[in-house]
Amino acid sequence: MQSLTNRSVVVRKREMSFMEKLYLPAILGGMALTIKHLFKKKVTNKYPEVKRIFAPIYRGVHVLKRDEQGRENCTACGLCAVSCPAEAITMVAAERKQGEENLYREEKYAATYEINMLRCIFCGLCEEACPKDAIYLTDRLIESKYDRKKFIYGKELLVEKIDERIDISKRKKNYTMA
Amino acid sequence: MMDWSIIIEKSILVVVLFGVSLAIAAYSTYAERKIAAFLQDRIGPDRAGPWGLLQPLADGGKMFFKEEIIPNASDKFLFILGPCIFMTTALMTSALIPWGKSMNIGGREISLQVANLNIGILYIFAIVSVGIYGIMIGGWASNNKFALLGAIRASSQMISYELAMGMAIIAILLTSNSLNIRDIVDQQEGFKWNVFYQPLGFLIFIICAFAECNRTPFDLPETETELVGGYHTEYSSMKLGLYLFAEYTNMFISSAVISCLYFGGYHFPGIDSLHLSQNVAALVSVAVLFSKTFFFILFFMWVRWTLPRFRYDQLMRLGWQVLLPLAIVNVLITGAWLTYFK
Repeated sequence: MQSLTNRSVVVRKREMSFMEKLYLPAILGGMALTIKHLFKKKVTNKYPEVKRIFAPIYRGVHVLKRDEQGRENCTACGLCAVSCPAEAITMVAAERKQGEENLYREEKYAATYEINMLRCIFCGLCEEACPKDAIYLTDRLIESKYDRKKFIYGKELLVEKIDERIDISKRKKNYTMA
Repeated sequence: MMDWSIIIEKSILVVVLFGVSLAIAAYSTYAERKIAAFLQDRIGPDRAGPWGLLQPLADGGKMFFKEEIIPNASDKFLFILGPCIFMTTALMTSALIPWGKSMNIGGREISLQVANLNIGILYIFAIVSVGIYGIMIGGWASNNKFALLGAIRASSQMISYELAMGMAIIAILLTSNSLNIRDIVDQQEGFKWNVFYQPLGFLIFIICAFAECNRTPFDLPETETELVGGYHTEYSSMKLGLYLFAEYTNMFISSAVISCLYFGGYHFPGIDSLHLSQNVAALVSVAVLFSKTFFFILFFMWVRWTLPRFRYDQLMRLGWQVLLPLAIVNVLITGAWLTYFK
C-alpha cells in the first residue's frame, strides 16, 4: 500500500536490554521527575480569596443594562427569547405609565423577565439579537443552590443596580468586532 | 520498690510511644495529601487551620460522626475483631524499637526502648504476620466478594513477600550475630551503616516493606479501581478509620525498622565529637532516628505518586521469581564472605 504521508513509522517490538529489565534506572528517573514537581509553581487558585482572571470572551451570567440616566434599556421586544436556542428566556411586556419615564427608556418595558440558568447554554445569541443594548453576558458566575427553582433568575437578579453598574466594555468590544 | 519504679518508667514510655505513634499516623495522612498535591502541582488541604494543619483532626472528627454500619450478612464478632487485631498489632511493634540512647534522670539509667528482647527482630516479624489476620478476618467477615478478594490478595501478597523480607534480614543477622535490635543498631555506630554492606539486602527489604504495608505499587488489596475499597469495602465510621490509621502506623513502624536495620538507627556520624551531656545526647539521638524515619515515610509517599500499581501476576512473579532468589543469593554471598574473608 502506498503511504499518503511520509510520517508513517514501522513499529518494532524490541527485546528489552538487561538494564531496562532491571527497571530501577527507570524508576529512579521517574522519581527524579516527580520530585521536580515539588518545587514547581502551583497552579491552584485559592478560589474564594483569589479569583481566576477570565478571558475577555468569557460568557457568564447575563445582565440587563440601564442607560446613563438609570433607565432600563429593555423594551421587551422578545428577540432574545426568539433567538435563544435553549428557550431559556421568557418575559411579559407592559406599557410604560405616565411618570415612569425615569424608570424605563422606551414606552414598552419588560414587567417580568426570566432566564432559566439551568437551561441557558451561554451561547450569547440573546446578546447578539438585542437591538437595544439591553442584555449582555458578563464574567460573573452562577452561585450554587440547593433548589432548582432558584436558578430561574428574575429581574431582581438580572437588572443591574443603579449604584453598582456592571462593566461590559470588554463584551461590547468583542460584539462590535464580530 | 525497684519493680514499681521500673513499671512506672515503662508505662510512661508506653503512653508516650502510643501518643507519638498515633500523632504521626494522623499527620501522615496530612503529609500524604500535601505531598500528593505538591507532586501534582497542587496546594492540597489548606482550609482547616494554618496550612491545613488541623485537617487530621477534622478527618478524625468526621470519622467519629459517620454512621456505623455492620452489614446484616456479616459475621458480627469477626467484623469487629478484624480492625481491632490490625490496629493492635500495628501499635505493638513499636515497643521493640530502640528510640534513642539511654537517658540518666536522677541517677537512674532509663533506656528509651520499652522492651529489649534478645529476639527483637523475630518478635517484630511475628507480630507483623499476625497483622495479616486483621485484614483477612475483616475481609472474610464482611461477606462481600470485593472484600474477600481484597483480603485474599492481601494475605497472599504479605505471605509471599515476608519470605523474601526474612531472607534479606538473615543476611543482616549473619553479619551482626544478634537478633537484638539494639545490638544491631549499636554495631552500626559512626558510619558503618548496614546499607553500605548490604545494598542488595536493603533493596529487597524496602521493596518487601512496601508490599507489607500495602503501599503503591503493591496496593492490590485495596485497589479502588478494581475492588471498590478492597478488604475494607464494607467498613464505615471509626472501624474504617482504624484500618486506615493502622496502615499509616504500619508505615511509620516499618520506616523506623528500616532506619534501625540499615541506616544506623539513632546513630549519626560525628555525633560523639560534639561532647554533649548524656541526656542531651539521648534527645539528639531520638531526633536523629525520627528524622531518618520521616525521610522514609516521605519516601513511601514519593514512590506512591511515581509508580503505578502492579498487575497481580507481576506482583507474584516479582516476589517469588525475583526477590526470593535474589535474597537467597544475598545470604549465600554474605555467608561466603564471612567464612572466607573474615
